[in-house]
Amino acid sequence: MKKILTHSLLVASAGLLLQQSVVHSAGREVRNDEQVIQISASTFEFKPSEITVKKGVPVVLELVSMDRHHGFKLSEFHVRADIKPGAVEKVRFVPDKIGTFAFFCDFFCGDGHEDMSGTLKVVE
Amino acid sequence: MTDHMNRRDLLKLAGMGVAVFVSGTTLRAGEAQQKQDESFYFVQLSDTHWGFNGPAINPDSQGTLRKAVAAVNGLDEQPDFVVFTGDLTQTTDDRKIRRDRMAEFRDIVSELKVKTVRFMAGEHDASLDRGEAYQEFFGDLHYTFDHNGVHFIVLDNVSDPMAAVGEKQLQWLQSDLKQMQSDARIVVLTHRPLFDLAPDWDWATRDGEAVIDVLMQHPNVTVLYGHIHQEHHHMTGHITHHSAKSLMWALPAPGSQPKKAQIPWNPAEPYKGLGFRNIEAVVRKAQYGIEELPISKG
Repeated sequence: MKKILTHSLLVASAGLLLQQSVVHSAGREVRNDEQVIQISASTFEFKPSEITVKKGVPVVLELVSMDRHHGFKLSEFHVRADIKPGAVEKVRFVPDKIGTFAFFCDFFCGDGHEDMSGTLKVVE
Repeated sequence: MTDHMNRRDLLKLAGMGVAVFVSGTTLRAGEAQQKQDESFYFVQLSDTHWGFNGPAINPDSQGTLRKAVAAVNGLDEQPDFVVFTGDLTQTTDDRKIRRDRMAEFRDIVSELKVKTVRFMAGEHDASLDRGEAYQEFFGDLHYTFDHNGVHFIVLDNVSDPMAAVGEKQLQWLQSDLKQMQSDARIVVLTHRPLFDLAPDWDWATRDGEAVIDVLMQHPNVTVLYGHIHQEHHHMTGHITHHSAKSLMWALPAPGSQPKKAQIPWNPAEPYKGLGFRNIEAVVRKAQYGIEELPISKG
């Protein structure tokens, strides 16, 4: 079985890296794109707080904390992670529906915790 | 007019409060019911957030709690006890300020005529230090007490910053309930809702379903909670859940807008959405209907 792998690296927006992979297998082309997004958490915000991704393309979130223990929850896609200083937490999901969905900190982190949220926009 | 109607009317005049009945048998306004010997009522106050400062949200942040204490003291018939369902203070990273706020709060509520006051923590009080300061001032994070035939269980779903009750406390709850008769009147007091009211707004308990599963084995259970800064009523099976208003700011109805946000103060309607509630417990003694039957009809 012959496989040909090509990569291109695009910077789509702040914190977003789009890795495109094309796999040719037995004459059949399979797209295996992956969207890598880096998000930093600090009291009391996520950066970036507004993210746009493509429907059907796997997303990898690389979550880091700049100060203290935070949480990350994106209910719509069953994503949940603890974000602790000094470590990169990676979570992966496939956005399979179009729309705008909220994510938020679900680990009580102080006065302002309730405002620590953002939105994920999924487009075609 | 019965005693409990007097109390309800008084609260209505004060522009705050609703009545929630926690017995297996519910009294409603207009029904002619004989007050039972063991009936009693208590007052629930919640989410006082002492230390909060935000003139656009509550320009009377220093006065609202004191007004509520005065309103309770002004009730013509004093409640048997008062319970605060969490977020006594506004959270802060500063350990000293946290304790100062708790001391100030304790001093203010010491002005209540009612001397039996039950406290519990909210996430603002306990999540940053896992309840260390709270316990110094107010005691255990979870406990039980009994009053006139009603068993009260205070559950802690806030000292874990992940909003969980936890396995250890869940086992404690199971052990406590095993000692209860199957038809015991049980009131659970907690801060966050035990059911998934709006998880994206932090209006849920991570392992609340496990708690409810345990409680479901008892037919007479009512849950009173705070956290969501508004009155809300919900049922999970036969268990009723009632949330209380805040005494600092109001919040929008669950899911009514994309993002949870404090409702700004309206000078035309000051204190709108804030208040406290009284709870009337009607504890009925066992009653038996006896019917004599003959061996054969005719």
